[in-house]
Amino acid sequence: MIRTLPNSRRYQVGFKLYMFLYFGFLFAPLLVTCVLAFNDSQFPSLPWKGFTIEWFTANLPERVGIFHDTINLYSIWVSARVAFFVTIFSVGVGTCAAFLFEQEDFRFKQGLYFLMLAPLVVPGVILGISILLFSNTLGMFFEDHWALDVGLFRPGFWLVVLGQFSFIATLVTLVVSARLKKFDRSLEEAALNLGANRFEVIWYITLKFLRPAIIGSAAVAFLMSFENFNTTLFLVGSDATLPINLYLQVRDGSTPVINAISFLLIIFTSTAALANLYFSKKER
Amino acid sequence: MKRGIRWAFVIFITPVLLWLFLLIVLPHIDLLIMSFRIEDDVGNSTWSVSNYLNFFNEPIYWLTFTRTAVYSILVTSLTFIVALPVAFFITKVVDVRYQGFLTMLLLLPFWVSELVRVYGWMILLRESGVINHFLLKTGLLRQPIEMLYNDVTMVMGLVYTSMLFMVVPLISVLDSLDDSLIEAAYDLGANMGSILVKIIIPHSMPGIVSGSIVVFMLTLGNYLTPNLMGGKNSLWFTEQIYNQFIASFNWNQGSAFGFLLLLLSSLVIWAGLKLTGQKLSKVVK
Repeated sequence: MIRTLPNSRRYQVGFKLYMFLYFGFLFAPLLVTCVLAFNDSQFPSLPWKGFTIEWFTANLPERVGIFHDTINLYSIWVSARVAFFVTIFSVGVGTCAAFLFEQEDFRFKQGLYFLMLAPLVVPGVILGISILLFSNTLGMFFEDHWALDVGLFRPGFWLVVLGQFSFIATLVTLVVSARLKKFDRSLEEAALNLGANRFEVIWYITLKFLRPAIIGSAAVAFLMSFENFNTTLFLVGSDATLPINLYLQVRDGSTPVINAISFLLIIFTSTAALANLYFSKKER
Repeated sequence: MKRGIRWAFVIFITPVLLWLFLLIVLPHIDLLIMSFRIEDDVGNSTWSVSNYLNFFNEPIYWLTFTRTAVYSILVTSLTFIVALPVAFFITKVVDVRYQGFLTMLLLLPFWVSELVRVYGWMILLRESGVINHFLLKTGLLRQPIEMLYNDVTMVMGLVYTSMLFMVVPLISVLDSLDDSLIEAAYDLGANMGSILVKIIIPHSMPGIVSGSIVVFMLTLGNYLTPNLMGGKNSLWFTEQIYNQFIASFNWNQGSAFGFLLLLLSSLVIWAGLKLTGQKLSKVVK
């Protein structure tokens, strides 16, 4: 049964085999994607025609590597900018929300807390369309009443940022709240007794304590935003983010350039994930 | 000092209220209003329930809806069945030395974008894909077969995509299960089946519920996997919403669909919580 009890050989071997198959299932698609990024072929499929890095570096008429592929490079840049702003906003607001729910008491706190959790259980597609509708309504209202044409209300960069922020902030709130719960409030009281005001206490003591959670949740927020598809799909304007752009290419037939991008993404995200894990272990 | 505390309160609550009301509450109210309005040819809009009537009158709409719901429940159960042994192995069976490493390995693929993972499955499974290549080479097949674009593959893809959200809560509940309970049951002569049903499952209930809620919600709202791996003539409900919004530009109809999907997901989540006696605020932790 468990490691402290005698187990039959069949049980152990069977369980190990199951885990082996499970990890195979988990990694097969990623491995194949990475390997085929280096295949010297016009299509992302076997047979193996030799090793090449041309899908990264080439700039030939029939083969444009990712480093010269302006459309894909631009969408990476768009995604990075979106993720940057989403991270800043959601960490800022999420930290405020954590303080609000952990350290303040007010009427309707339960209700507001419930509302804060809601984005986690609302499908991303619904968040996307409702924000699209609302911004459109606001846009029409501004135009009818004050003859103002506000770019923010049309699908585009800032609407994507707001849409992703709307649910990533919940995640940051939960992570920061979990850390804030462990905070020993007598430290705050000591600082207040010694003459610090509330903001000095927060700045010099509480936020220092929260730093690992804030950095960790910022990393997660960045990644989630960078990879978001469902919410973005409805809010995107002319500047496609990387997942949207990749989706359009995958849907209409694919070239190994997509493998090359995927390879870079896999390397980048696993490094970020490992670094995050390493630092969160070290802080503890 | 009392004044200082109130100022802090104002600073904390303002961004939170702006966020929750401007981006969550008001947009959803707008969604509800839009779903009850229709536009005539001239562009005048009036109140009407015809968007909802359309849903019930057109079999293609409610069939897709039912199909999506049933498949989402199927995917949730399959994910649980696959994930439970994995979580059990990592927390209870494997040598403690490898625990951290295996957990990390388990989480790694899910940091990569869903699109990349689905794409990986596509180049594995399609007619000119890697699996077909090997099957042809070894002589197991004479003609390549198309393994993509059917319901089985789509369900597998959905299970794959949502695996993480089941494994992680299961690992955390099983971690808190005291080994001595299982040892005691074993000493008293319980077999594996009754240990599973009487000890492991009841103890894991909070993790099972939270995992299932997240997996169900993500599957129901998934667009990429059914769209890229599913058959061309078997739609997912999110695709219907997308078609109404982007292709037909009928936002009112799309809103009605969106609201129905939201209603379904809230209902199932509510029922799941009620049946197992859990609270949402406990479950998300």
